[in-house]
Amino acid sequence: MAVAAGNDAFVVFDHVQKSYDGQTLVVKDLDLSIGKGEFLTMLGPSGSGKTTCLMMLAGFETATHGEIRLGGKNINDVPPHKRGIGMVFQSYALFPHMTVGENLSFPLEVRGMSSAERNTRIARALDMVQMAKFANRRPAQLSGGQQQRIALARALVFDPELVLMDEPLGALDKQLREHMQYEIKALHDRLGITVVYVTHDQSEALTMSDRIAVFNDGRIQQLAPPPVLYEKPENSFVAGFIGENNALRGKIEQLDGGKALVRLGNGELIDATPVNIREAGKPTTVSIRPERIEFKPDLMPAGAHTLEAEVRDVIYMGDILRARLKVAGQDDFVMKYRNTLGQVKLSPGETIRIGWHPEDARALDPV
Amino acid sequence: MAQALDPHAAIVTEASGLAPEGALKTADGQPLARALARSSRRARRRAFLLVLPLLAFILITFVLPIGQMLQRSVKNDGFSANMPQISAWFHANPRGTEPDEVAWGALAADLKASAEAKTIGVVGTRINYEMAGTRSLFTSAGRKVRDGLAPPYREAVLALDEKWGDPKLWSVMREASSPYTGNFYLAAMDRTRDAEGNMVQAPEEQRIYIRLFMRTFWLSAVITCTTFLLGFPIAHLLATLPMRKSNLLMILVLLPFWTSLLVRTTAWMVLLQQQGVVNDILVWLGVIRDDQRLQMIFNQTGTIIAMTHILLPFMILPLYSVMRTINPSYVRAARSLGATSWTAFRRIYFPQTLPGLGAGALLVFILAVGYYITPALVGGSSGQLISNMIAMHMTQTLNWSLAAALAALLLLGVLALYWVYDRLVGIDNLKLG
Repeated sequence: MAVAAGNDAFVVFDHVQKSYDGQTLVVKDLDLSIGKGEFLTMLGPSGSGKTTCLMMLAGFETATHGEIRLGGKNINDVPPHKRGIGMVFQSYALFPHMTVGENLSFPLEVRGMSSAERNTRIARALDMVQMAKFANRRPAQLSGGQQQRIALARALVFDPELVLMDEPLGALDKQLREHMQYEIKALHDRLGITVVYVTHDQSEALTMSDRIAVFNDGRIQQLAPPPVLYEKPENSFVAGFIGENNALRGKIEQLDGGKALVRLGNGELIDATPVNIREAGKPTTVSIRPERIEFKPDLMPAGAHTLEAEVRDVIYMGDILRARLKVAGQDDFVMKYRNTLGQVKLSPGETIRIGWHPEDARALDPV
Repeated sequence: MAQALDPHAAIVTEASGLAPEGALKTADGQPLARALARSSRRARRRAFLLVLPLLAFILITFVLPIGQMLQRSVKNDGFSANMPQISAWFHANPRGTEPDEVAWGALAADLKASAEAKTIGVVGTRINYEMAGTRSLFTSAGRKVRDGLAPPYREAVLALDEKWGDPKLWSVMREASSPYTGNFYLAAMDRTRDAEGNMVQAPEEQRIYIRLFMRTFWLSAVITCTTFLLGFPIAHLLATLPMRKSNLLMILVLLPFWTSLLVRTTAWMVLLQQQGVVNDILVWLGVIRDDQRLQMIFNQTGTIIAMTHILLPFMILPLYSVMRTINPSYVRAARSLGATSWTAFRRIYFPQTLPGLGAGALLVFILAVGYYITPALVGGSSGQLISNMIAMHMTQTLNWSLAAALAALLLLGVLALYWVYDRLVGIDNLKLG
């Protein structure tokens, strides 16, 4: 459901900048439009400015420069309680002195809703997260996953159109986290709400989002749907941050239309697709996903260059095998291949030839 | 069998109901509870030895003196020990019996013996506690009876002083003839006994203790409130400011602890007296005229101001320790859910500070109730608290029994409040830091 920036944009960051100390910018000239009903994830390492953006949208931080619009209206000067935005916090922030029911009742009470109306809405919200039986418990009596559901129900109980989530699954264990990812995604699809989700977990971002904005150094590095982000990273940061990645350092030998010839450190040549490099003779980093590497000659695309590789070790991971190779003088090169019946056994010390489709090798800016 | 060698395996088997008898046993057949006690005995003994010095210290310096004090509040043998014969007569004859010749004889003999043993002053003091002006009666009688009195004793003793015939005096002596008495508690509650031994209110001009108790509790409550009003914002600042600034603020909060109590109190005298800094500034500003200088010290106001200052850290520190643990995301969550900042404070933030507030209030109140030196210095006459009266009885009138009774009543009051607090808030919710 990728929505392009346009007139129907629901949330807009317009040239937003943020500085805490007047010396450095935490958010540098941010432009971002989020469509109604979209699930947008802000992904990035800590300190990249993603949480600051979320806090500015929620109203807990003010933009130093620029404008934030919600539903076409400038909300720079609207206090948080008048924005009508639901928010889920990493620490859940369930009020410890209130029961689950009272927690859910709180946003309805401050809106002056009648008690009958409140009860129907609380029941509906608790049903939505399958926690109807827990209305009289205190947050401390619930497990992490249950608290997370209540926090979610509380953020949704007053029917906000926009819900912000600040690393909501960060404190859960892996299995529960994956389960909750599906639940949040299902709720989003069912309710048609707009979600802005902040995380530093790239697999979470890939699973849930319509679009992902990769943040680094106060800027959006790439804004794209998950498959595009994974398969067609636009710079070395995105290639390295999303998924596992092999980075081969070299120099552009020849640049010709949609193709580039790259000479690696040890003099070998490989084919690649140029992305954000302009001219021949400049250094580059070629990015290749480990699962796109082939080592069986009959599976390699015809005419492509191949490289000699020495197997360092092979790690058995169940569904796949992960081989660490020494390629062109770098010994951190990773190749993943499926653990099928009769798969070729590679052993350490063995020398193989590897290759890939030139489209999968993307020549990016040097690291 | 491998299973039999493994004690855990044995326990598991028996726990699952295979054991013939109910109690769990270890692998070699001993009861599990005893094995557990033996295995942890060493550790427990060592732990006990570690706290033993403290335990002994508390016992010797705290429990014993308090026990002795409580005993002193109901026991005073100043009369009974030194006047054995007349005491025996009181025991033998019920209240209401007119003193007969035997009684007068016993009194004369006791007075002589006591005068010779130089304990007549003690006897007089004991009676004087309950009947003012009688000490000299005993001491002068002691001087006169050294040569001995001749029967009939009634006339002989009355010849010493007419006052010996006063039935009130005989009633008081009867009360004092037993080393144990509740009269000090009666006195501490402005009650006394009349000549017939009935409990009556003390004369109007002598009813001071109940009023003092009331004033003590009232002033302590006021001081608790002012420390809360002043301390809450400071504690909040401490908990939310960045580390470096909050450390500086913390030093300022703790500064009063590092200066002598006397210095602080004297400083308040300098500030608040009629020719003091505050009055000078007010006159200079034209707020008050020179002849209208405010009386801010040597009265209740002075006691409240100085004690609020001194007790403020005891409110701030527990509040701070609780506030520091309140995640700022609670208030943010409340705001995002549509609450104004006031509602978020009232319904989300403030309730979470209650454990600290309860602890602080309890600390300040209990300290204030027993505070002595500051009211003594800046309280004047209207700012005196019950502790000042206790101190007076300890050091000036030397009526230790009354002092002990007053102190015991104060302790009782504090314990009662503590109980009420426990019922209302719950001691479990207390966070002292």
